[in-house]
Amino acid sequence: MLRDRIVSPRVTQRAALVYIWAAGAITVLILLTIIVYVLVNGIPEIGWSFLTTPPQGGLDEAGGISTIIVSTIYLVALTMGILIIPGIGAGIYLAEYAPNNRLTRIIRYGIEILAGIPSIIFGMFGFALLVTALHLNFSILSGALTLVCLLLPTMIRTTEEAIKAVPRGHREGSLALGATKWQTIRHVVLPAALPGIVTAVILCIGRALEETACLYVTIGNYTGMPTSIMDPGRTLSLHIYYLVMDTNAFSKAMATGAVLIVTIIVINAVTNWLSYRFQVKMRGRLS
Amino acid sequence: MNSKVLARNLNFYYGKAQALKDINLEMNENHITALIGPSGCGKSTFLRTLNRMNDIIPGVRVEGEVILDDKNIYDKCVDVVDLRKRVGMVFQQPNPFPKSIYDNVAFGPKMLGMKRQVNMDELVEKTLRQAALWDEVKDELKRSALTLSGGQQQRLCIARVLAVQPEVILMDEPCSALDPVATLKIEDLMQELKKNYTIVIVTHNMQQAARVSDCTGFFLLGELIEYGKTSEIFSRPRDRRTEDYITGRFG
Repeated sequence: MLRDRIVSPRVTQRAALVYIWAAGAITVLILLTIIVYVLVNGIPEIGWSFLTTPPQGGLDEAGGISTIIVSTIYLVALTMGILIIPGIGAGIYLAEYAPNNRLTRIIRYGIEILAGIPSIIFGMFGFALLVTALHLNFSILSGALTLVCLLLPTMIRTTEEAIKAVPRGHREGSLALGATKWQTIRHVVLPAALPGIVTAVILCIGRALEETACLYVTIGNYTGMPTSIMDPGRTLSLHIYYLVMDTNAFSKAMATGAVLIVTIIVINAVTNWLSYRFQVKMRGRLS
Repeated sequence: MNSKVLARNLNFYYGKAQALKDINLEMNENHITALIGPSGCGKSTFLRTLNRMNDIIPGVRVEGEVILDDKNIYDKCVDVVDLRKRVGMVFQQPNPFPKSIYDNVAFGPKMLGMKRQVNMDELVEKTLRQAALWDEVKDELKRSALTLSGGQQQRLCIARVLAVQPEVILMDEPCSALDPVATLKIEDLMQELKKNYTIVIVTHNMQQAARVSDCTGFFLLGELIEYGKTSEIFSRPRDRRTEDYITGRFG
């Protein structure tokens, strides 16, 4: 009998609602606190000269971050340039072509394990193989290749999930019209999966920007202006690390952090907007 | 009366489970052939053997022949892509691509490389008219196909099939997701289309089979129990099981 229940469904319903709301609110609050704290402390330090002068070194660090920004752009662009083609390709392979057998399951399991390995392990690998054995030295290239290894699992799995989420009806409809499998993937599946793939790309750019541990041992520590991908460099995240640990210029670290956060927000917004424009173009207007 | 599609001693297996048992069935040109039977009787599986859509499911096996005009479509030399161009398919759930109305219709011709030979605008208009959808969408061809109603989406899917100029159209319960008014429109459309195409339709709806089809086949547990003129199947079924099914005693 319903009446015999100690707590009525209406009460549990309300309790669940309170719990979910509280959990959501706390998460958002923590996030906002961090972002606002960094922005409020960092932004006053940011000026034209901060963005356009190189770091000067020393305990008080009177310089800016111009060369750091350039290094970061080099690294992220190079990483994504190398990452996207094989990442998306492997995602397509796993979702559309890989037979459903033991080998495929082992590959998928391996990718998942790789995605969970701490980045410093990848750094160690990069240091041993790229920096030392292949004589790439401490360079933006070494850093980028290490990041590619680190990010490939995320890129592959997210792409695969995005492709698998495309309804089967779309594929069958296309095949039934006489389109080949590749035409179906290229013209129906990939456009429909694009928002998910874009999310994968944003996720990877974000991680490339935030990564410090594995770059610490591969990209080197150079505050000059990099002129080629064989030069060492220092990224924004690494710069923050050095400023906090080795100098008294905590406010400069905050400012660099603020630049990093704003960059990530802008990249997110721009990529989403581009993806949205493409979607509208592909699927037609909704009204 | 010409036979267009002919199944001969057709057996079909999902792994070890046999889904079709020795089917022999002749589908005539410019006729509508209806396939009826309870769920899981193999009628959809049979339909999908006619354009080899089952090929994309792993672990299936086909024995026997399906003759289209005078060639076995399971012959090694047959190109599946070419076959599917000649034998189009409309699915149970309307499945327009997330593209504009225009791009949905133009998709098939583009994929088949017909772009150079045809005026695409004319082809899109012609096929949308054939599918009785033109008047409803002519001013908004750039709109997303997903904004159309279910019935409109299904007619768009029919237009999409017509655009590649097939000879046979397979319909897998095309009205089961639609309301009665939209269903009637599709049925009228089928009567119009059969003048130029051979149509095979799977349906759960026996009134629909009786209304639209020239011939009807009754499937049960993977076997073709009875096949003949629709008027005869529904008025004087020869087999007891057919009679039980069409009078609603099971299924």
